[in-house]
This record gives sequence, structure tokens and C-alpha cells, in this order.
Amino acid sequence: MPSRIEIDRLHRLIGEGAQLVEVLPQAEYSEAHLPGAINVPLKTLDGQTTAGLERDRAIVVYCHDYL
Amino acid sequence: MSPRAACRLETLGFTEVYDYVPGKADWRAHGLPVEGEHADLPTAGSLARDDVVTCGLNDRVGGVREHVERSPHGFALVTSNDAVILGRLRASAMQTAPADATAEEVMESGPSTVRADTSAGELAQRLAQRDLKTAIVSTPEGRLIGVVRRRDLEAARG
Repeated sequence: MPSRIEIDRLHRLIGEGAQLVEVLPQAEYSEAHLPGAINVPLKTLDGQTTAGLERDRAIVVYCHDYL
Repeated sequence: MSPRAACRLETLGFTEVYDYVPGKADWRAHGLPVEGEHADLPTAGSLARDDVVTCGLNDRVGGVREHVERSPHGFALVTSNDAVILGRLRASAMQTAPADATAEEVMESGPSTVRADTSAGELAQRLAQRDLKTAIVSTPEGRLIGVVRRRDLEAARG
């Protein structure tokens, strides 16, 4: 079960080297994204598009807000 | 959207998955930097002022009114102990209310708010269309960041 986190925990995870992934469409990512985040839109999320990510390292996903 | 993505990543074999549900809007509401083509564009959050009068539900209107008269805005915001916006007290409503009435009795509940990452240009246009002078800026959880004036938005977009 994925853990839901707030900004304090996010800062700690980033400091520890977590992978950061924005799952919004590419156009929204291009406009503005968190520093260091990569973009894998939800609609494209599969084994192929995540092949470059490390399975055993912490990974944080985010979108715009609660919606 | 991100809860589905987080779940999908687990099915793809990721062993330590976190979901930052408040997301990009929350990050920007904290005034943190972003990267991207629009990273340097002014936003509601970057132009928000922290000089609006705030009060609690049980504060007396008479006292709040005096603060509002000395503030640059024609209203006060009623907030919870943890800064969630509960209502708005317009100066005009306070003028006609008894001084010992509570903020809760006089306020308008649930005023509209905008997110910190709303672009200045887009927000200026929305306010102009509705003939509004200010917007209240909040975090995704509804906590007060500040208020932004239409004239500041219009000046920033050039």
C-alpha cells in the first residue's frame, strides 16, 4: 500500500535521494514541475516507461493536488 | 490521479512508493521553486499580500471593524486555529452589525479562493470579468496564504 505523505516527509525523502515522478500530462509538466522531477504521465505508466527507474529505491509520485 | 499512479507502480514491482497527494499546488503554496517554461511567471501566490485582517469565529465585530478600517482591504477573513478560511467579514456588513456581534454571526461562509499557482494573467482576467478587486489565495487544504489585488496582477502581467 503506497504511503501518503505531506511536504515535510517529501523534503526528507528528496534529501535521501528518492525518485520524484510527476504523473500529469507532458504539457503541464513542461510548464512547471518540482525540481528534479521526471515526467511519466499516468496514461503512459507501464513497465516500458518506468524501465529507467530503480525498483528498490524510494519513489514519490505527485500530480496537481487532491483531484 | 497520483493515488492510481502510486498503486500502479507497486504492481510494476516498486517496493517503496510514496504519494505526495497535495501535489504541485501544495508545493507552490509553500513558495517553493519549480522548474519549467512557466517557472518564472508571476502567480497568485507570488503576488499575495499578508496584510489582510484575520479573526476567529468568536471575535467581536466591533474590534475587527477597527482593524479593517486601518487595513488596505475592505474585509477581514475569519479563520480556524490552523488558518483554514471559514468566512469573510465585509466592512459594509460590519458597519450595520452590533459591535458585540460575533464574527460567526456576521460573516459570509465559504468565500471563493484561488490556488497559489494560478497564473497572474489568468486570474486578472477572471477578476475583471466578475468586476472583483481582490482574490483570496489558499493552500489546497484551504489555509490562508494571503490576498492578491487585481491591480497587482495586471501590473505583473504587463
